[in-house]
Amino acid sequence: MTQKSSGFFNWINTRLPIVNTYERHLSKHPVPKKVNFWYMFGALASVVLIIQIVSGIWLMFGYENTEEGAFASIEYIMRDIEYGWIIRYMHTTGASMFFAVVYLHMFRGLLYGSYHKPRELVWVFGMTIYLVMMAEGFLGYVLPYGQMSYWGAQVIISLFGAIPYIGESLEIWVRGDYYISGATISRFFALHVVALPLILIALVFMHLVALHEVGAGNPEGVDIEKHLDEDGVPLDSVPFFPYKVLNALVAIGIFGIVFSIIMFFFPEGGGYMLELANFEEANPLSTPEHIAPVWYYSPYYAMLRAVPDKLGGLVVMGAAIAILFVVPWLDRSKAASIRYKGILSKIAMTIFIVSWLMLAWLGTVPVTALRTTLSIIGTVIYFAFFLLMPIYTSIEKTKPVPDRL
Amino acid sequence: MEEKITTRRKVLIGMTSAVGAVGASFAAVPFIASWNPSAKAKAVGGPVKVDVSKMQIGQKIQVSWRKQPVFVIRHSKEALENLSKVESKLDDPSSLKIDEPYRDVNPTRSSSQEYTVIAGVCTHLGCAPKYYPEMESQPWDESWVGGFFCPCHGSMFDIVGRVFKGVPAPTNLKVPPHYFDGNILTIGEERGTA
Repeated sequence: MTQKSSGFFNWINTRLPIVNTYERHLSKHPVPKKVNFWYMFGALASVVLIIQIVSGIWLMFGYENTEEGAFASIEYIMRDIEYGWIIRYMHTTGASMFFAVVYLHMFRGLLYGSYHKPRELVWVFGMTIYLVMMAEGFLGYVLPYGQMSYWGAQVIISLFGAIPYIGESLEIWVRGDYYISGATISRFFALHVVALPLILIALVFMHLVALHEVGAGNPEGVDIEKHLDEDGVPLDSVPFFPYKVLNALVAIGIFGIVFSIIMFFFPEGGGYMLELANFEEANPLSTPEHIAPVWYYSPYYAMLRAVPDKLGGLVVMGAAIAILFVVPWLDRSKAASIRYKGILSKIAMTIFIVSWLMLAWLGTVPVTALRTTLSIIGTVIYFAFFLLMPIYTSIEKTKPVPDRL
Repeated sequence: MEEKITTRRKVLIGMTSAVGAVGASFAAVPFIASWNPSAKAKAVGGPVKVDVSKMQIGQKIQVSWRKQPVFVIRHSKEALENLSKVESKLDDPSSLKIDEPYRDVNPTRSSSQEYTVIAGVCTHLGCAPKYYPEMESQPWDESWVGGFFCPCHGSMFDIVGRVFKGVPAPTNLKVPPHYFDGNILTIGEERGTA
């Protein structure tokens, strides 16, 4: 394993296994030789994570975490700090792009059964990352203390109030005040910039360690570990460097172009990424006419609104996220990939995609009677897709999965 | 002998873990308690006074108490007489589900026979409901009888803040502690508590 050629690296490596680790997890790490573009979003997610950390640190140079100063400090960053606007829009665009690539990454997992044995824990760590990201995104959205920051937080923190008996005191404890005040902002700031990023980085580390232990999947759902060469390397694999690095660089290049177009020309994303009401300072006495979440929470918000009961809405919304964690144990199919699954799985997947997109739209528009009915239908389909999965994946006829990739 | 050692070891492990858990719980106290409202935040929530004599019949004003909206509404006699007629639409017309300070005292739910004093915080998820007093068809209810509509999630309340059936809000709008001294309304404390 160890390269003997360089004395310096050898000296280091006998004290700190840096070369071994680099070879094991990067340069020589075997990856399936045939994958498609769906397999690029994991790498892109790590790129966005770095963008968020760097732009976030730069935002902290100008941000003030007080009730009086928060909103003004955002304007100060946008107008007075040189290139402050680009740093801020990088961070806000980054938040949306983070969710975009993570949703596509998760969808890849559903499509090709990336959670199948032995990758259950990779999926569970991934879902935990998604959960922490949702909290991180929410906390960050409150920090500018605009109208949407305030009323969005008011709605989300009031969800704690739905918990029987302790709800009301829990709300006050979370806010640290009787309304969303400077006390709330400063604790949200600490969580957003220190506590949750630390947890996020630790989880990403676990996600990757677990992934490298079992190896990456592929769109065919073929187990490449069955056929190994004399060194124990799968025959249907290529080393990460240079084969996958170059692929990833092209993907990162395309992603960078898309990211830049949004950041420079559509930073508000038509009100779906930065809501227009948030360009107004928080006013605890006046609720905006229409409260909608940013696009990446909207399917779950639609579910919350579909239930005409406070606690029921919270339970449904929580269950919608919780059910994703157990997908590895709901899918009983012999085939991992949708390519070899039966017709029932394909129909279920199509209906699921349509209803998820419909819920995403419903969560951003005002309530009417018809839309509430549609939200209920969408919510039922969402849960049916997962809860019926053990049935339709076990009764349907799958195509035989090939032996080699 | 072997078994005795194992038992002894298990007891020791159990006891050490128990002591450790107790210590960890005590150590958690300051970290959890520091999230409670500070002494400063508690001190700010003092009562506010407002002169209600200039209010028109049917008018609603908004007062800020603890940085939360409190609605004060001056009702006409007819409006108060109509209150019992809408009860079939209400989930909890007598406010039995919440602590109601003036239950069965006045139909206004307040300590006054003319004014209603309610927290302008939707009991669903905390938005400020909007006041639509006219009895006319509305996009959310064709047979609207007048009252409050919450723009966030569509909860509806009558003109004294009692919740309708079949909406997400679980209870009536709360009545904050208050008292009237002639035309001066004090919100945030009961008479004689200061």
